[in-house]
Amino acid sequence: MLRIQCPFCGLRDHSEFSYGSDASVEYPPLDGSQEAWHDAVFQRENIDGVQFETWQHTLGCRMWIVVERNTRTHDILSVRPAHDGIAQALNPSLMIEPDQ
Amino acid sequence: MNTRRLATGGQINRNKPLAFEWDGKQLTGYEGDSLASALLASGETILGRSFKYHRPRGLMSAGVEESGAIVTIGTGARRDANVKATSQALYDGLVAKGQNAWPSVRNDFGAVNTLFGRFFSAGFYYKTFMGLPPFEWGEGTGAWMWYEKIIRKAAGMGTASRKADPDAYEHANGYCDILVVGSGPAGRSAALSAAQSGCDVVLAEQDFALGGESLSRAEETDTLPQELAALRNAGVRLMENTTAFGLYDGGVAGLLERVTDHLSTPPRWMPRQRFWTMRSRFTIIASGALERHLAFGNNDRPGIMTANAAKIYLSRYGILAGENIVIATNNDSAYLTASSLSNAGARVTLLDSREQVLNSSQAGAQSAGVDVQHGMSILNAKGSKGVYSIDLAEKSSVGWSAKNQMACDLLLVSGGWSPVVNLLSHRGLKPVWDSVNACFIAPEHHEPIAMAGSAAGIWDHAECVQSGEQAAAHAVTHLHGQRSQTPNQSGGWETPIEGLYEISVPGHQHKSFVDPQHDVTADDIRLAHQEGFVSVEHLKRYTTLGMATDQGKMGNVIGLALMAEALGKEIPEVGTTTFRPPYTPISIGALKGRNVGSHFRPLRRTPLHDWNLNAGGTMTMAGLWHRPWYFAQPGEGIGEAYVRETETVRRTVGVCDVTSLGKIAVQGPDATEFLNRVYTNPFAKLAVGKARYGIMLRDDGFVMDDGTTWRLGENDYFMTTTTAHAAKVMTFLEELLQTRWQNLRVHLTSVSEQWAGIAVAGPQSREVITECAADPRKVTDPALPFMGVIETTLKGNIPARIARISFSGERAFEIYIPSDYGPAAMDMIWSAARVRAGCLYGLEALGALRIEKGHVTGAELDGRVTIEDAGLGRMASDKKSYIGSVLKNRPELLKNDRPRLVGIFPKDRREIFNAGSILCQSDNVSGYGNGWVTAVTHSPALGHWIGLGFIEGGHSNWADRDVVCADPLRKGNTPVEIVSPHMFDPSGDRMYG
Ligand SMILES: [Zn+2]
Repeated sequence: MLRIQCPFCGLRDHSEFSYGSDASVEYPPLDGSQEAWHDAVFQRENIDGVQFETWQHTLGCRMWIVVERNTRTHDILSVRPAHDGIAQALNPSLMIEPDQ
Repeated sequence: MNTRRLATGGQINRNKPLAFEWDGKQLTGYEGDSLASALLASGETILGRSFKYHRPRGLMSAGVEESGAIVTIGTGARRDANVKATSQALYDGLVAKGQNAWPSVRNDFGAVNTLFGRFFSAGFYYKTFMGLPPFEWGEGTGAWMWYEKIIRKAAGMGTASRKADPDAYEHANGYCDILVVGSGPAGRSAALSAAQSGCDVVLAEQDFALGGESLSRAEETDTLPQELAALRNAGVRLMENTTAFGLYDGGVAGLLERVTDHLSTPPRWMPRQRFWTMRSRFTIIASGALERHLAFGNNDRPGIMTANAAKIYLSRYGILAGENIVIATNNDSAYLTASSLSNAGARVTLLDSREQVLNSSQAGAQSAGVDVQHGMSILNAKGSKGVYSIDLAEKSSVGWSAKNQMACDLLLVSGGWSPVVNLLSHRGLKPVWDSVNACFIAPEHHEPIAMAGSAAGIWDHAECVQSGEQAAAHAVTHLHGQRSQTPNQSGGWETPIEGLYEISVPGHQHKSFVDPQHDVTADDIRLAHQEGFVSVEHLKRYTTLGMATDQGKMGNVIGLALMAEALGKEIPEVGTTTFRPPYTPISIGALKGRNVGSHFRPLRRTPLHDWNLNAGGTMTMAGLWHRPWYFAQPGEGIGEAYVRETETVRRTVGVCDVTSLGKIAVQGPDATEFLNRVYTNPFAKLAVGKARYGIMLRDDGFVMDDGTTWRLGENDYFMTTTTAHAAKVMTFLEELLQTRWQNLRVHLTSVSEQWAGIAVAGPQSREVITECAADPRKVTDPALPFMGVIETTLKGNIPARIARISFSGERAFEIYIPSDYGPAAMDMIWSAARVRAGCLYGLEALGALRIEKGHVTGAELDGRVTIEDAGLGRMASDKKSYIGSVLKNRPELLKNDRPRLVGIFPKDRREIFNAGSILCQSDNVSGYGNGWVTAVTHSPALGHWIGLGFIEGGHSNWADRDVVCADPLRKGNTPVEIVSPHMFDPSGDRMYG
């Protein structure tokens, strides 16, 4: 079981979280082109290595977070709030890098 | 085997005899015995029958690696099959039975299989039965399934009870700094020094007694109690009867604690087993090593076991297992055992395959009276139900040559030691071959895990203790955020082990077993090689080597060695196999824990739950919710009840609990903009005091959900979702605000639990509302028109939100009341409805009403349906962009022949048809058809059965064509008519009026 360092709640089992998607995807504007939307929704890399992904702490604080995870080793390298403003507002010392 | 219990010695209490039953015989053992030791002391030698050949099997070991004494424990509903007698603590009244045998393990009819042994070689079942004609004809698996039943019966394990499990199981969660696996010398020293460094330590031991190896070392058993007390005093949490069966990501270990499996009369309040999810920051694996077998002729006979097993039976259980003992070894470890057995009074011959041994223990063994012979081993064992003699083999310049016979009653084997690296392997780390020590050991790695003791390939006792301390120091350093080198110094024997795996002489054909539990022989492995199975993973699957319940604990290395030899390679080139959890089998009961029966999943009850039950409601599941299904009157079944309820709603008024709808408070200065982006229809100009029906799409353009949203104030909305999609919608909206649209100032709160919801529907609904409202003027037609919303109070000062919206197609209201007021409000509303000849209605009538109107719900919005498909294209604004607006216009989704929502009538109006059927042209009933039926009901308004469904191109495309509702497994074909989905009151006069 992965354990994720929620920036708001601390180290928790991944069963409290739900996986969202690839956090590196930039969604086009709502009136963007069909190609751009197609690529954002369907064209995803299957990364072997470090990737950024969104998770929601569904059974906790319900915040969306961005998790930097190695898909090969399941090591979690960093965690931050998905919302940039909240990330900035948080004391940076709360963004602990989990034990490796 | 001339076995006898010694008068003294061992970790058993001779003053506490325990009675038990074995295959109907009444026997006695002592407190501290395992079932295996008690059987051995009672002279029982045949304890099982092998998997394929039904060969008699006895004890092969004294631990979890056991492949012979696999038995069934308990009776009736508590019957537990495939238990290793070696790991089962004896208790008073234990009932055990042999398995895979008829009528008994002593006289097994299935043993005839052994005469046909050559037919049962590797791949036999596949080759013979899969190749039979029906397969070749492509007729499918019917024939295989027929044969399989017979094969499974003949080749099998014990049978489980078919009764419900009467025991309770628990899931428990644990946390610690350091988890130590194994309570042997290395585990204990690791735990003690870690605890003394201030760490919170859990020590898990799979055995029913703590001590590991020390339990069978006379010189250590005396100090063991003090040592364990010291561990407890240092704060170590000791867990015996607890197997660390798996190691997972994030330092999570799965532990199985057998709480009552060793008790005669378990207290009723105790769970049988506890499944622990243990989160540790560092894991020290001191799980020991398992002694390997050697492959030689008939090496599976009762009376043949590992040398270590005989040592354990002697030292821990006070049993001398034979009088005339031969030990075959390729390493130093057997010498001490030989001495102990000799000192206990047996005649012992030690055959060491190595020609020269430079060790002091040899001198020790000889002075203890052991006859040590070098360059010797065993070719074949004789005797079917017990060994009475052996054929010796002597090392020659080219392999082995046959020598004389020798009498014995117990044959012990030490083929070397395999460190238990299974837990490390669970982490995806492949063990590496240590050719000096002829075993797999842990590779270099960066996990917060350290190996200690013989699990690290360390054989010297003092060095094992030291390695525990080093592992603890390494762990503590790691916990302080620093790095240190993993201590790793395998070895410790005076004379190196010899890589010996099989003893055979050309011309001497004997069955020699590699994996005794699955009856895989050395010849099977060579045959697999001849047939082209060169990869270890393929070899495993073809021969089933290592795939029994012991996962090849005794035989895997031999199998690899034989494969390497056949390929002319070295063992590391052939590879290793991957160990997967669980290390030893765990019960399904432990996995499920308390999630059984009514606790299988959570139950959500509305605030009106009891009210509904008191009112005679029959409940049904809607997701996790219990909702009223129908309210039967005396003499009514569901069929009569829902038809009456539907009719009553259309004629007078009906009242229904709709609390389970999802409810979300959407608040903030940008709430309007937010809603305008997530709904397909315009929300920008929704006035305060108005509600609007809205549809949400997913990013990919398909419909996600629908519901109404009420504007309560300038920046204050109350959104409802379907019951089924409430959680999904909430999560998606939160994602949008926290990731994509971070600048929108909107706050979302799930208020599903805060409000009880009641629908009041029917021509007289206005009168009911008027009677209940504290101020009736607020709910008049002009004050509360269609799609109007008010926040007001009901009589009795009950706060309420009321909207005039309709799902039934009648004039109708939805009233939301703070949950605690739900029953009181319901009392009042129901009184007002009852005097108007109204009814309570449930989910079934709700469904009938909406089907008549062609309103879609979860059955239709299954994730494959576009807004056009659902007949709601007019709800899709072309004046704004919203989630899904781009991808819903993909060319494929705009095709005119996509399945569209339709209504369905039976041609013969007396006919019934079923939901889930497919719609086909009547002259072409095949394949997936042209559409499907999502919902059916009897429509009281129309006087016959009707349905909703989807069919290519929609109803206008099928106006004059013959269609059948095909239902081959239930009802057969029913001719139907495809009509508009708006089957009742299409103009909506009743709803708006
Ligand atoms: Zn959280």
